[in-house]
Amino acid sequence: MSKLDAKIPEGPLADKWTNHKAKLHLVNPANRKKIDIIVVGTGLAGSSAASTLGELGYNVKVFCYQDSPRRAHSVAAQGGINAAKNYKNDNDSVYRLFYDMIKGGDYRAREANVYRAAEVSNLVIDHYTALGVPFARDYGGYIDNRSFGGVQVSRTFYAKGQTGQQCMIGAYSALSRQISKGTVTMYPRREMMDLVVIDGKARGIVVRNLITGEIERHSAHAVVLATGGYGTIYYLSTLALNSNGSAAWKAFKKGAYFANPSFVQIHPTSIPVLNDHQCKLTLMSESLRNDGRVWVPKQKGDTRKPNDIPEDERDYYLERRYPAFGNLVPRDVASRAAKERCDAGYGVGPTGLSVYLDFKDAINKKGRQVIEDSYGNLFDMYHKITGESPYETPMRIYPAGHYTMGGLWIDYNLMTTVPGLFAIGEANFSDHGANRLGASSLMQTSGDGYFILPYTIADYLADEIKTPKIATNLPQFDEAEKNARERINKFLSINGTETATSFHKRLGKIMWDYCGMVRNEEGLKKALTLINELKEEFWKNLKVPGTGEELNQELEKAGRVADFMELGKLLVYDALNRKESCGAHFREESQTDTGEAKRNDEQYSYVAAWEFNGDGNEPQLHKEELKFEFVKLQERSYK
Amino acid sequence: MNIKLKIWRQKNAKSKGRFETYQLNDVAEDMSFLEMLDYLNGTLIKNGKEPVAFDHDCREGICGSCGIYINGRPHGNDHRTTTCELRMRLFKDGDTVTLEPWRSASFPVVKDLVVDRSAFDKITNAGGYISVNAGAAQDANAIPVPKHNADVAFDTASCVGCGACVAACKNASAMLFVAAKVTHLAQFPQGRIEAVERIKSMVAKMDELGFGSCTNTRACEAECPKGISISTIAKLNREFISAKIKD
Ligand SMILES: Cc1cc2nc3c(=O)[nH]c(=O)nc-3n(C[C@H](O)[C@H](O)[C@H](O)COP(=O)(O)OP(=O)(O)OC[C@H]3O[C@@H](n4cnc5c(N)ncnc54)[C@H](O)[C@@H]3O)c2cc1C
Ligand code: SF4
Ligand code: FES
Repeated sequence: MSKLDAKIPEGPLADKWTNHKAKLHLVNPANRKKIDIIVVGTGLAGSSAASTLGELGYNVKVFCYQDSPRRAHSVAAQGGINAAKNYKNDNDSVYRLFYDMIKGGDYRAREANVYRAAEVSNLVIDHYTALGVPFARDYGGYIDNRSFGGVQVSRTFYAKGQTGQQCMIGAYSALSRQISKGTVTMYPRREMMDLVVIDGKARGIVVRNLITGEIERHSAHAVVLATGGYGTIYYLSTLALNSNGSAAWKAFKKGAYFANPSFVQIHPTSIPVLNDHQCKLTLMSESLRNDGRVWVPKQKGDTRKPNDIPEDERDYYLERRYPAFGNLVPRDVASRAAKERCDAGYGVGPTGLSVYLDFKDAINKKGRQVIEDSYGNLFDMYHKITGESPYETPMRIYPAGHYTMGGLWIDYNLMTTVPGLFAIGEANFSDHGANRLGASSLMQTSGDGYFILPYTIADYLADEIKTPKIATNLPQFDEAEKNARERINKFLSINGTETATSFHKRLGKIMWDYCGMVRNEEGLKKALTLINELKEEFWKNLKVPGTGEELNQELEKAGRVADFMELGKLLVYDALNRKESCGAHFREESQTDTGEAKRNDEQYSYVAAWEFNGDGNEPQLHKEELKFEFVKLQERSYK
Repeated sequence: MNIKLKIWRQKNAKSKGRFETYQLNDVAEDMSFLEMLDYLNGTLIKNGKEPVAFDHDCREGICGSCGIYINGRPHGNDHRTTTCELRMRLFKDGDTVTLEPWRSASFPVVKDLVVDRSAFDKITNAGGYISVNAGAAQDANAIPVPKHNADVAFDTASCVGCGACVAACKNASAMLFVAAKVTHLAQFPQGRIEAVERIKSMVAKMDELGFGSCTNTRACEAECPKGISISTIAKLNREFISAKIKD
């Protein structure tokens, strides 16, 4: 029997979660403190899960690589968090939020999971508000909402351009409270090196203490991965620099299937590359497209300053191609359109790899003050980085790797194919299909941690109450520790000439060129060859200074880059396999006459779940057919 | 441009540190300060030397990981910026730039420019929260909160926990950090319930961890990358004194 039983409950969409909850087993409060749970990651997903499990009385251990849990990458989210509160009385509902996510995801997500994410979204907002998250309010004291990502209702809760940071502080405070109560033990500056599986069940992890270099063993009755996305595989991305795919990759190698790895969202509005030493692309929030107009010169290679180019010599290409949605088309569409213009030679800036985002008309119409109130902090950020003021000259933007819809395969209970191993937040795959809508990740990561995992994990743990504490001197722990040590020694002993960063940069370029915004068979095959060559070179010519018994940031990078080399190949296999275009996955071979993505529902309406098949072997594909009982599949059109 | 870097090098918490000088050429002016350090590190590694350790992650001023004392100022010589937001555009060809870790007994040096700020987490654990369990809250709009309070809460909650306030203060006081948290949570009716206890336990923890006391030099406010106002400290003191009187 295939391991891919998604365990989706029967019955009407709106009743599935309620009915399912009623059937889930419980763990008696007296038994909970005898049960150990490991949570890796302290972003909105990990912090919410850990604090809630602590409140319920389990014995929780949490890990993160930063010096404090509060610094997890979730802090970077700018725009907002969705919920179906209908506070604006604009006829929003759980169903509409569900529908927008299913359609936005180009019909490659699971109906039941998406509906549930929408269903618990309101509880998330209530909880954050109670924790003291200062969502924007109007003068009457009630919470304000805005429209985000081109949907027709205003359902996005926000805290200026800092929604992620403000929610993270709320989640961190709840976590701190449990730490002070002793239900949760925090292990910062730890990097997960391996997952320990005993008799087929996830039973612990080994981590490296990043300060002392010590390899530590931690056991538990269940392990939860909340380790975020792997968008840094492109080297240049909008993510925090140390974000990585290693924890998920280790789980994959221990039997957890990896789903839709090639579904990566490329965000259309980031500040373009300015110099060769750049290691990070700064996001300019999607909300800017509410007022900014995107254009390039009509004439190829036009070197005039933007303000010297007259109106009739500008090509507002999004408005031209998509009259109905204009500058507000979804992210994947906007990104590809920018790439198309730049590839055709119309791009601007020193490298020709950027387009203008112009606020001139909005400033003339609404006045500078209104624009300043809405986007002041973003304009300042842009000014600081580029030295140019968007009030005076158009911003230059270009797409950048941003969010990974793919991730560890999970069933409806958020459990991977390894019993006892759960994956939540961006680390799992299920809710965003082939393209994520703005502000729905914070919603999903938090919903997973506060209101879904604590219920479903109990169902698994109910059978574990008789299992005593797992010993850490079992052979499986010895083995995991030995492997971790050997790998570290290997990195240190190569003693070549090239840094991990330099390899990362080269890998990123391969991924971006052949498995980025646009993909085709020939390019993907070429990428496989190139990655193999690079990987070989990496293991021969890597240079890691220092030792393993100290803070060694180069050693940390080496481990992450080594895993990215392997994960990169999985992305390519996945992209090769899916010979259709859907959402962010654009296969050149599958497009309409007008160059839009063309899905192939007959053949590809499934989740591609990949199984590790030994080092050096092609991974094995398993298909989870997607059943659409409640929505009709349609062509996504924004014209 | 070409610059000279004087950098504090210290192998670990126990060893003694010293300054090392490096000449770095061809620094581009649109590099960020940390990209300049990445560039230096790449060069050091290629020449068989140990790279300089420094904390960083988001590289856009929001995670609070980074923090270097640059030419005698935490986060360098630009208004309201974290170290990662600082740009090389602000430096000139031929400049000498001195880099040191945060200096405070409560933030011991881990290596080079990396310090241990776990004391901040301990202060937060002592009471920097509102005691509500997941699932217990009422509808988010059930308690209206005046916009002014919500705005103050936002401004104070934008503290990123970087520690520049401590590094800037000659008493190494963590008062701005504590006052920001206390002020943030006190803006909400449900946050007021524990307000007095929160102040007492957070201040007690701060004292226990060896941070100095505030003598109103305002250095913290001037260096805080998020513009947290020193008026929060005055507010905290008022509440603290009235709480003490009631004791
Ligand atoms: C610039 C930017 C803006 C965004 N804006 C929005 C927005 O407005 N709205 C929205 O909904 N979404 C937004 N997103 C997406 C959203 O922020 C993320 O998807 C979400 O925060 C992920 O949360 P998480 O808890 O799953 O993971 P993260 O917050 O990424 O946390 C990962 C955690 O795992 C830990 N970890 C990782 N690997 C290891 C390891 N090997 N060992 C130990 N620990 C490890 C890390 O220390 C960290 O604590 C944005 C993303 C970016 C990049
Ligand atoms: S108060 Fe300011 S300087 Fe102090 S930790 Fe917070 S953000 Fe940093
Ligand atoms: S690296 Fe995140 S604030 Fe500087």
